[in-house]
Amino acid sequence: MAFLEAKDVVKQYAGHLALDHVSVSVPENTIFGLLGPNGAGKTTLIRIINQITGPDSGSILINNKPLKSSDIARIGYLPEERGLYKKMKVGEQALYLAQLKDLSRRDALKKLKYWFEKFEIQAWWDKKVEELSKGMQQKVQFIVTILHNPQLLIFDEPFSGFDPINASLLKDEILNLKKEGATIIFSTHNMSSVEALCDHITLINNGKAILNGAVHDIRYQYRENLIKLEYSGDTDKLKETINNSYEIIESGPSNGFSSLLVKMDEGNNMNQLLKLVMNDCEIHSCKEVLPGMDDVFIKVVNENK
Amino acid sequence: MNKTILILQREYLTRVRKKSFIIMTILGPLLFAAMFVIPGWIATMEDRDERQIAIIDYTGLYEDRIDDTERLKFEYLPVNKESELRSNFSTSGYYAFLLIEDDLLKRSDAIRLFSDGQITMDVRDHITRNLREFLRNEKLRTYEMEGLHEIIAEVNDVRVNITTLKLGEDGTEKHTSTEIAMIVSILFAFLTYLFVFIYGTQVLRGVMEEKSNRIVEVIISSVKPFQLMLGKIGGIALVALTQFLLWVALTAMILVGVKTLFFSDSPMPSRMDGIEMTGTEYPAGAEMENIEAAFAFDQIMESINTINPVNTLLLFLFYFIGGYLLYAALFAAIGAAIDNETDSQQFMLPITIPIIIALWVAMAGFRNPHSDLVFWFSMIPLTSPIVMMSRVPFDVPGWEIALSMVLLVAGFLFATWFAARIYRTGILMYGKKVDYKELWKWFKYSTK
Repeated sequence: MAFLEAKDVVKQYAGHLALDHVSVSVPENTIFGLLGPNGAGKTTLIRIINQITGPDSGSILINNKPLKSSDIARIGYLPEERGLYKKMKVGEQALYLAQLKDLSRRDALKKLKYWFEKFEIQAWWDKKVEELSKGMQQKVQFIVTILHNPQLLIFDEPFSGFDPINASLLKDEILNLKKEGATIIFSTHNMSSVEALCDHITLINNGKAILNGAVHDIRYQYRENLIKLEYSGDTDKLKETINNSYEIIESGPSNGFSSLLVKMDEGNNMNQLLKLVMNDCEIHSCKEVLPGMDDVFIKVVNENK
Repeated sequence: MNKTILILQREYLTRVRKKSFIIMTILGPLLFAAMFVIPGWIATMEDRDERQIAIIDYTGLYEDRIDDTERLKFEYLPVNKESELRSNFSTSGYYAFLLIEDDLLKRSDAIRLFSDGQITMDVRDHITRNLREFLRNEKLRTYEMEGLHEIIAEVNDVRVNITTLKLGEDGTEKHTSTEIAMIVSILFAFLTYLFVFIYGTQVLRGVMEEKSNRIVEVIISSVKPFQLMLGKIGGIALVALTQFLLWVALTAMILVGVKTLFFSDSPMPSRMDGIEMTGTEYPAGAEMENIEAAFAFDQIMESINTINPVNTLLLFLFYFIGGYLLYAALFAAIGAAIDNETDSQQFMLPITIPIIIALWVAMAGFRNPHSDLVFWFSMIPLTSPIVMMSRVPFDVPGWEIALSMVLLVAGFLFATWFAARIYRTGILMYGKKVDYKELWKWFKYSTK
């Protein structure tokens, strides 16, 4: 069931169509990737979901009901352009931002205490933000975003500015949040994190949603029938056998064996390849190579130019 | 609305806790009081060194015509000493020497005063005063008229002494003082100007800070831009009010303190003129000065009372808040439109100009508070807070004040509405060079 739905959303800025009848459906309790090149309209869509701006036409449904202003409390938003008051103390500031999200002072204090302990940053409470490094500030921002237990979390480029240690901490926390039932929208350029985290994606380009679906399905949809074969045996003979029917893209050592990357025809042809080669060599593994999200992204965007 | 209060609270507390706020709050009244006290204090602190002044008089007419004072001693030297004095002046021990070369009634510039340093005003004034008195009498004597001296003295004694009185509605008379009204008028106009400017700029800085810190989008996802703007403007307004009220209270305390210290009726030792006085044995002269000063002080207080301090203060608060709100909204819009302070210049100008014009017109208002020009500018919301405050001490008709107040309220509502439209688009625009065309686009865009 879709937790959040954007239906036919249009947003026109002066002389520029930011969103052109975009529809997006985010299934409940999944991690949803909102992808697209710079200036595609991702941030505009996110701002509309956060009610920072309104759509010119179209509607946003949350749990099948139109979005209303009190829904702000159900959403946690970590913007791409994020910052904190530099001169304010960390604890005081976190408390203030939590209260703006309708948390009572007492609840906010309790929860902040929990998270500060979890991230081992209690010592920062009375420090001014300007004394913190950028990565430290990001941690504080992350805590503030999720503090009010929102059902919907929106992270816009969450990993930018994080060092690898903090990035993996963040990744774990995002997966944890999903486990606890949250629905997460995740906007990024970082395709490896998409493959690692996302269940579904929508690709937006030039204000249009050009690709929708489960990550796994999409990778299958764009597969190029590449099969990687690991074997030991006579390479030349094997190449000769295969070259009669199929194209060999690559050959080389792999995991201590020899390997070939073979481009097959349409359809499931792993069996055919196996039949063809099984008498010429000893097979150690054989698997279909799916395109990375990176390749899909570039391909789809270029197709839609 | 709750969130607006939360924002307001933060804006207020972070500013009031700043060291600069506390320092300004304490320093303000001290500076203010110092403006009155220090010149007087310096005057009493003048050096009391005795100064020797040599006089070389080629005419011999002016012997003993210049009186010695406590600090100035005049010594007549023979004319042959002139060249010696000129060449060795710095070692001669004289502060200055006066050279008279001709009859001053014939040649008034035949007198010169030399020194190796800057000669103070009081020395020159003292000499001029003494010689003029003598020369006048000499001149009068040349007319050879019987009793001329007495006639002149009598003529000189004719005086016009106008007491300005204000008739109350019940016919009672009160002393008024045009000077006091003017001072109050200048003071309030200037204070309004100062506060609108200082705190308006704080709004601009605050908005810009949020924008350049990139915290604005975090906040905007929890509250409406309008709430954020209102909270900020309101919070800073309270800071301004706090500062102003503290200033009033502290200044009042200092004034009361000064009064009891220096103008007390009880025989309390006064150090005002630097002479040690104990018990009742202080010199008669000092006592006179003291009584005169106390009298003048009371008169000022009475005059201040005639301009109705409570009403004036309430009006000041109204115009100050109204003017601040009007400009603060505009400052907020500018802060939202720009990325850094250097970009602010082109947008600051159209806001600064009305404030400066208002100050000019207010200056005219001190002299002629009921002219057409002053009237109109005290109606226009952009200038009325300053111009009207300059008129208030001079009895402005009630309907004029009421109309001007209504217009000001309408003005700031309009400005807030106008600014909010630019603000909500501007705060989310980064790294874009903005001009007036762009602002107009934002304004129109928001109407959708």
